[in-house]
Amino acid sequence: MNLEFFVATGIGAVTAAGIYLMLRARTFPVILGLTLLSYAVNLFLVATGRLAVNAPPILRHGTDHYTDPLPQALVLTAIVIGFAMTAFILVLALRAQRDLGSDHVDGEE
Amino acid sequence: MTHLPIAPVLIAAFSGFLLTLASRAPLAFQRAFSLLATAAGFVAAAIGLHEALNGPLVYALSNWPAPFGIVLVLDRLSGLMITLTATVALLALLAAVRGWDERGRLFHPLYQFQLMGLYGAFLTGDIFNLFVFFEILLIASYGLLLHGRGPGRSRAGIKYVVVNLTGSALFLVAVGTLYGVTGTLNMADLAQRIPHLSPADLPLLRASALLFLVVFGTKAAVIPLFFWLPDAYSNASSPVASLFTIMTKVGVYAILRVYTLAFGAPSTGIGGLAADFVMAAALTTLAVGMLGSLQARSLRRLIAYQAIASVGTMLTAVGLFTVAGISAGLFYMIQSTLTLAALFLLADLVCAERGAVADALTEGTGVRTWAPIGLLFMALAISVAGVPPLGGFLGKVMILDGARDHAWSLWVWAIVLSTSLVAVVSMSRAGSVLFWKSHHPDKAIKAVDRGVFAPVCGLLALVVGLTILAGPVSRFTRSTAADLMQPSAYIEAVLSNRTVITKEGGDQQ
Repeated sequence: MNLEFFVATGIGAVTAAGIYLMLRARTFPVILGLTLLSYAVNLFLVATGRLAVNAPPILRHGTDHYTDPLPQALVLTAIVIGFAMTAFILVLALRAQRDLGSDHVDGEE
Repeated sequence: MTHLPIAPVLIAAFSGFLLTLASRAPLAFQRAFSLLATAAGFVAAAIGLHEALNGPLVYALSNWPAPFGIVLVLDRLSGLMITLTATVALLALLAAVRGWDERGRLFHPLYQFQLMGLYGAFLTGDIFNLFVFFEILLIASYGLLLHGRGPGRSRAGIKYVVVNLTGSALFLVAVGTLYGVTGTLNMADLAQRIPHLSPADLPLLRASALLFLVVFGTKAAVIPLFFWLPDAYSNASSPVASLFTIMTKVGVYAILRVYTLAFGAPSTGIGGLAADFVMAAALTTLAVGMLGSLQARSLRRLIAYQAIASVGTMLTAVGLFTVAGISAGLFYMIQSTLTLAALFLLADLVCAERGAVADALTEGTGVRTWAPIGLLFMALAISVAGVPPLGGFLGKVMILDGARDHAWSLWVWAIVLSTSLVAVVSMSRAGSVLFWKSHHPDKAIKAVDRGVFAPVCGLLALVVGLTILAGPVSRFTRSTAADLMQPSAYIEAVLSNRTVITKEGGDQQ
């Protein structure tokens, strides 16, 4: 059992949970599902730089053990954007619940 | 001219920030500033289009050379897209300042951020940067969609946001896979590296390529990913819906760009794979969009379904992946975007004059000023249905002509022609219900004043003008399509460092 197996399984499990929750009828589970899905995607993005232990993402003269810094930059951007989007949809869901009197995704039971 | 490619993005970004700060300033100031900024963006886009005729312009952000830094590339296609965006944006904003922008705060900053996202998405030469600009335009569009409130908007808003967030997650998975396989996200660099990939990596690459198709298909509202669109567009305020007609074109643009440039190499087999999917999805989208327009019970829903059908028509042309096909698709896109934008603005005038019945397609209160409204509707209906003499017809003829030697030609001909008939039926039925059967205007409702016709007339004039100038326009779209199918000039421009600015300021040759 190596590191790749655990990370891949973990990503798969989080994605599955996210998709299950996204298919629910109430807005709150749907938002939780979206959040889980974005966690899974962020983990996946980190993994695309290959999994390495104790390797800095900085290339210096004399270092031959380093990891790819680009996925880390990508994932930082993705986290920030994902966070903003989650905050937005949370507010939107609250307002929809107030406007429509229901937290069903269709706005009615 | 070195900084030209980034000018539209920067103008929109800075005016967005300034307008946010000035969100408590008098509305007249905000309107003037927003109009001025949008007009400046239009000028920058038009100059950009003109300059791009001589070959692609490349702008290396922060002066990092490609493929290590992000580049903006202004070629013919990008120039065309940003100019079209700026045109629709300017005219829709002219309609919005007549009252829609009063119904909630921050309309103008959101509008500018929306434009920033659109310009950026059309200009960027980097797939991850495309994701970032997609997110900018989406988050601004969420705000604009909800502008003015109302239960219908909240309901449509939730669906729209959830669908797009899921799309964004898939986009990131596709980007991650692509980076994991190729080690680059610059589209020109991808085009060079992908042919040299080891065969063992090809299945992963194909998976990533098809995921991109799903993501862009969601943005373009292609079958089966279109369910969010009719609700969103028919509930949005009409200037916003008018601007949103560009949004589906972002998806089509991305499909066109990524599949001709990054995945264009024939050795991967992605081209053929994508072409079949695109074609099948496009023809179904066209058919379903038109059938949807037959059952629509309100004018704005009808137009929203016509927007879906127009994406289907465009993608049918693009899906041919030949110079003639893409050229026809681009020609049709210009016409249909302007026409649909005008129709959304017109629907607002119909609503204003019919009072409680609004744009429902039932007999009831008629419009007061039927002469301009009814006649404009007729002209636009002709254009949207693709009946002579307006340009939608020429676009469809070019598509049929381009599809002649294609394996799917029978399907293309059958579906494009039969859906045109459906479009004639649905548009004329809507017209007769709205303008003939409902002929008793409500005396209590004021007639709209003449000024509101200006943006609609402007858009219609452009449609007519482009029909008259169909020769030069189709020559332009043909050379754009030729550039896309032969992307060596684009790749060369991005990967050679000749546009990087040296410390002394001038261009390093």
